[in-house]
Amino acid sequence: MSKNFQHLVSSAVPIAIENIDTDQIIPARFLKATTREGFGENLFRDWRFDSDNQPKKDFVLNNPIYKGQILVAGKNFGCGSSREHAAWAIGDYGFKVVISSFFADIFKNNALNNFILPITVTDAFLDNIFKAIEADPAAQLEVDLEKQTLKIVATGETAQFDINPYKKACLINGYDDIDYLLSLRKEIETYESGREFNF
Amino acid sequence: MGKTLFDKIWDSHVVVSKAGFPDAVYINTHFIHEVTSPQAFDGLRKRGIPVFRPARTRATADHNVPTIDQHLPIKEALSRKQVEMLTKNTAEFGVELYGLGHPYQGIVHVIGPELGITLPGMTIVCGDSHTSTHGAFGAIAFGIGTSEVEQVLATQCILQYRPKRMKIEVNGKLKKGVVSKDIILYIISKISASGATGYFVEYCGEAISSLSMEARMTICNMSIEMGARGGLIAPDETTFEYIKGREFAPKGADWDKALAYWRTLYTDADAQFDVVLTFNAADIEPMITYGTNPGMGMGVTQHIPSLEQLDEKEKPSFKKSLDYMGLEPGSGLLGKKVDYVFIGSCTNSRIEDLRMVADFVKGKHKADDVVVWIVPGSKQVEAQARKEGIDKVFEAAGFQLREPGCSACLGMNEDKVPAGMYCISTSNRNFEGRQGPNARTFLASPLSAAAAAITGKVTDVRELV
Repeated sequence: MSKNFQHLVSSAVPIAIENIDTDQIIPARFLKATTREGFGENLFRDWRFDSDNQPKKDFVLNNPIYKGQILVAGKNFGCGSSREHAAWAIGDYGFKVVISSFFADIFKNNALNNFILPITVTDAFLDNIFKAIEADPAAQLEVDLEKQTLKIVATGETAQFDINPYKKACLINGYDDIDYLLSLRKEIETYESGREFNF
Repeated sequence: MGKTLFDKIWDSHVVVSKAGFPDAVYINTHFIHEVTSPQAFDGLRKRGIPVFRPARTRATADHNVPTIDQHLPIKEALSRKQVEMLTKNTAEFGVELYGLGHPYQGIVHVIGPELGITLPGMTIVCGDSHTSTHGAFGAIAFGIGTSEVEQVLATQCILQYRPKRMKIEVNGKLKKGVVSKDIILYIISKISASGATGYFVEYCGEAISSLSMEARMTICNMSIEMGARGGLIAPDETTFEYIKGREFAPKGADWDKALAYWRTLYTDADAQFDVVLTFNAADIEPMITYGTNPGMGMGVTQHIPSLEQLDEKEKPSFKKSLDYMGLEPGSGLLGKKVDYVFIGSCTNSRIEDLRMVADFVKGKHKADDVVVWIVPGSKQVEAQARKEGIDKVFEAAGFQLREPGCSACLGMNEDKVPAGMYCISTSNRNFEGRQGPNARTFLASPLSAAAAAITGKVTDVRELV
């Protein structure tokens, strides 16, 4: 997983299902590894493979016409368990951006902490993306983090997206939260010594 | 203007607040378990740094442990390795571990409160979304990812933006056969699985404040199932009474000082919430879910929505969900056959849950073709159940009392519901495959689950109590 993000032009993989929870993204029985690598092979495991481990033909990741580094999904993506393995699986599979009209909080943090960009768009814009991919599975999307824009290249429709300035800087420069927190050591120790109730 | 309870606690834990940056928030207590911590310890090793405040982190093994024969080595190689890794990491970094065989071992959100580690006014995190459970004590408690576990191990702080505040008030008294699990399933069914995303919830009202601590934990536990960052309840005499005398609770002069502080932990009368929702306890029936997210719930006598009642855009996800469940839109669930009953998880595995089930099943026997698993939340809960003779009641009813762990709540160990089978479960999630590949879950209260165990089908428990 690359440790920064700035700009991307790619086709996208559409999953127009709402409330995709992290148990679907990576089922619990695949959480036994003690490293961060290799979770991509079990991404959407039970939607991708049947009980005999054969690929399910009707699932989008098994359809070669859909590919790219962007995943587009229905609202409330990443709800449920806090497992960061979901973000690791998405990144390990090769996605750098996830687009939805609504993200669960913990997943959003986990994605950002792994240099995967979650982009929230309106329901209407999300529909337009799904329609563009339906019309042309190779439809290109362009993400510009600096300008905070997402463009459907074929139609030129462009959405502005929000990201907090701190996380934006982390993504562009490849910083992580621990680097910043470690720089606050003196402040943390001062806080500890001044606290009356330090259970 | 006054402050909410949430803001009082948050403000007193902000170490650094800078414009454009998330707040650096100090964490009083950090719980870890075997599944979401190994990569965090690896991160510390790579950076060559120690755990900053090892005494503030406590570890247990719960997610990936067997619930029978815990005295024997774990059979499954990957699970054994993961649990061994926790032992190695905690020893190397000086963190206290309540591992398998320890009298304090159990589900992380059960043992924190029962040991008196969880206290009012604290900030508490854990690499598990059900950390919201600890909010029942008037604490800010929420689940985090593994990168954040590493942050807390490294600095005892976490970077967070302040969430918005939501108040959920439940007025009046619960009817017979309706318990705290039904309250929270009812709320989630009303506001959906994403209805509180971005918010921290405070629960209040007569129906909440009249609950025991264990029943309050059930409510706060499922805050995440409506997307909330967490949920809390102002501490009161019930809270203080529960904490007093527990293993790690303050004692003597420390207790008096702590108590004086805890009594300041309430939302001021003129504090503002971003959203206020009000419900009436008398409207709540015993609840059951029919779909594949916890928002898809209804009163046990009601019918699943028909397709005509839905927006066009909701239909594909709804149909996918009901196909998975093998259920028809517009149908009811009363009388639907169940194959498994699971009573356990951080939502409902405490001694009061087991007592409630035992009181109900005493003198009764399970239906022939139902498998009933009772998985206590901790070694202490298990020991207490045996002391009270509850184990004998379960044995006579044909229920299996197993050993503590997360078990069939998440289908990570071997406790899985077979494909296609229906399980009525006291856990918190009915996601596809949650209890095993292609397993089908009905979420319900311990009382409703016990009723189904006896009749072998979805039952309105009010007819039996």
